[in-house]
Amino acid sequence: MRTSRRGFVAGVSAFAVLGANSAFAQKKYDDGATDSEIKLGHTGPYSGPASSYGQIGKTIEAFFKSVNEAGGVNGRKINFITRDDGYSPPKMVELVRQLVEQDKVLCLFNTLGTPTNTAIHRYMNQKKVPQLYVATGASKWGKPKEFPWTMGFQPDYHTEGVVYAKHVLANVKDAKIGVLMQNDDYGKDYYEGFRDGLGKETGKIVKHVTFEVTDPTVDSQVIQLKDSGANVFFNIATPKAAAQAIRKAADIGWKPAQYLNNVSASVGSVMKPAGLENSQGIITAQYLKDPTDKQWANTDDFKAWVAWMDKWMPGANKADANHVFGYAVSNLMLETLKKCGDTLTRENVMKQAANYQKYKLPLLLPGITINTSPTDYYPIQSVQLARFKGETWDLFGDVMSAEGS
Amino acid sequence: MTGSKKWVLGLIALAFLVPLLRPVFPDVVSDYRLFLVSTMIIASIAVLGLNLLTGFNGQFSLGHGAFYAVGAYTAAILMDKLNVPYWATIPAAAIVCFIVGYLFGLPALKLEGHYLALATFALALAVPQILKYKWLEGLTGGVQGIVLLKPEVPFGLPLSEDQWLYYFCLVVMIVLFWGAANMLNSRSGRAMMAIRDQYMAADTMGIDTALYKTVTFGISAAYTGIAGALSASAIAFVAPDSFGIFLSIKFLIGLVVGGIGSLLGSVLGGIFYVLVDNSAQSLTQFIRNDLGLPFDLSAYTVFGVLLIAIIYLMPMGIAGGLYMAYRKLRGARA
Repeated sequence: MRTSRRGFVAGVSAFAVLGANSAFAQKKYDDGATDSEIKLGHTGPYSGPASSYGQIGKTIEAFFKSVNEAGGVNGRKINFITRDDGYSPPKMVELVRQLVEQDKVLCLFNTLGTPTNTAIHRYMNQKKVPQLYVATGASKWGKPKEFPWTMGFQPDYHTEGVVYAKHVLANVKDAKIGVLMQNDDYGKDYYEGFRDGLGKETGKIVKHVTFEVTDPTVDSQVIQLKDSGANVFFNIATPKAAAQAIRKAADIGWKPAQYLNNVSASVGSVMKPAGLENSQGIITAQYLKDPTDKQWANTDDFKAWVAWMDKWMPGANKADANHVFGYAVSNLMLETLKKCGDTLTRENVMKQAANYQKYKLPLLLPGITINTSPTDYYPIQSVQLARFKGETWDLFGDVMSAEGS
Repeated sequence: MTGSKKWVLGLIALAFLVPLLRPVFPDVVSDYRLFLVSTMIIASIAVLGLNLLTGFNGQFSLGHGAFYAVGAYTAAILMDKLNVPYWATIPAAAIVCFIVGYLFGLPALKLEGHYLALATFALALAVPQILKYKWLEGLTGGVQGIVLLKPEVPFGLPLSEDQWLYYFCLVVMIVLFWGAANMLNSRSGRAMMAIRDQYMAADTMGIDTALYKTVTFGISAAYTGIAGALSASAIAFVAPDSFGIFLSIKFLIGLVVGGIGSLLGSVLGGIFYVLVDNSAQSLTQFIRNDLGLPFDLSAYTVFGVLLIAIIYLMPMGIAGGLYMAYRKLRGARA
């Protein structure tokens, strides 16, 4: 075989350049990756109290099937192993140990639920196996110093709280704020974010009342808020209580500026039961394209999603936002694996996951991008506010971000 | 009697030996498998607790998940707040659960059969909610539960954490089963069973039925509570979501499938529910992906079908079925 001089020079310089940062471009693998396959582990609540979220796992499964049909990632097929955790923490521990120790997956991807992920948080970090893009909004998933192997996906509750606070300061004159809060870590996450966003103005919170998720109503709490003279109402509640609070406020003739956390921004399960006429003007924050929102119908990523749904999940309910979520987060995983190239080590997976600058992920709202760094483990930290109008959410204003705040 | 004793001793010796084969067969005797067997042991103890109450004393409970939760939380709180070592939480959980069970047994005296079942069912429904209650939140950690550390291997023994945990659970199990066997073989045990078989006759013969029933309730709760405490050490995390009503149902399934009123049945029942819980989903995935059949069964569907099959084929549970098969084989030989 003859080598031309130019080829030789090019080869040597390429060798030098690549050798400098990737050890001669050799393929490097940890458990779960080979020349032909990448194993991803997942658990989701396909049964039990949270089984409506099971749709996310099904979407992800279909997504990687479609990726494999198109040739896989850098020539490797994705072996997506998903199991049913029933939203039960001990079950989760058992399944995840099976995935890590028996199936030997490269990493976990989008495991769902705050209590379930808490149960494996320490284990994953001891084992040094990535627990990537978990499906929960608690802010504890973004602590790279203590837990370098765990990363969240969606905007954390803290961020969202900051955004509401900023909007209140900018738009409500002489704000007197009343806060209704579900008394658990989720509620506290939101409340702390809200207080951080207010900064020196925390004195504007005139009343802060709490309730238990098991309380039958929040009527007395709403009355207390009204009596405090508040003209701003921040509603930190899960769907049932959120709807009750909106209805009660209207019943007693209290008309504050209302802010509703994103977890309860469902038109079907909150706004309608609360009464559409009572819900007009309520503000919430969004980051994904709502599948019922007509304005996205002609955007490229949304059209691609609809076509994909028709082909890979025929018969599924396209109004279910879980499909949008599953599709978006799968795209991020796919991109991360692509970026890993032939170095499919757990360390490199985390390194690539923590190295996004303004990455445009399909189905995120325009202007919202993925940004991470070794010290920033929150991929999405921007949301856009929406106001309830008629029977749908109406996006307004600019994308707001908690980054740099 | 000596024949069965030999069998039991042989099995125990085997149970002690197998984990030591880990260096020889690292893939077969893996840490994960040992952990899985530990969860089976824990389940067996919990099922034994229910068996003492239902199988040997004739009282029904649909709420043993509640005692399991109390045991787990007792252990977790002691470890988390007072730095009590994990092994010391076992007797503590036993005492707390005995008291809770005994106290619950008092009003339960007035309730018979399905009424008692319903009352215990209510207990199982209430306990996860109580654990979240705001006055208790400082102790229980509310909805987020308590994250614990896994037991460490003591004395610098050359074992992995899971090997050690396995041995620990195994020893606790052997002690508890030995205790139960002795108790059932004693006068008190026969009194317990007499109450189950003929309540009135037992009463007329001078057995203090009220005392026996409440104490049995307490002991039963203590057994299940110990299982809960072990699970807190093994899983290293407790949260109210871990103790839903389905947990109680699973104990009942283990009891019925294993064999009511049989010590061996408790072991088999514990193994069964962990095994099926674990493999039911793999089985459905196998049917769907590898055989290509269009059945998208949930794990619980497989659970249900298996249950019906077992109840139909072995109405006395697996232990009863094995015994019948053994008798038939011996009969054929003789």
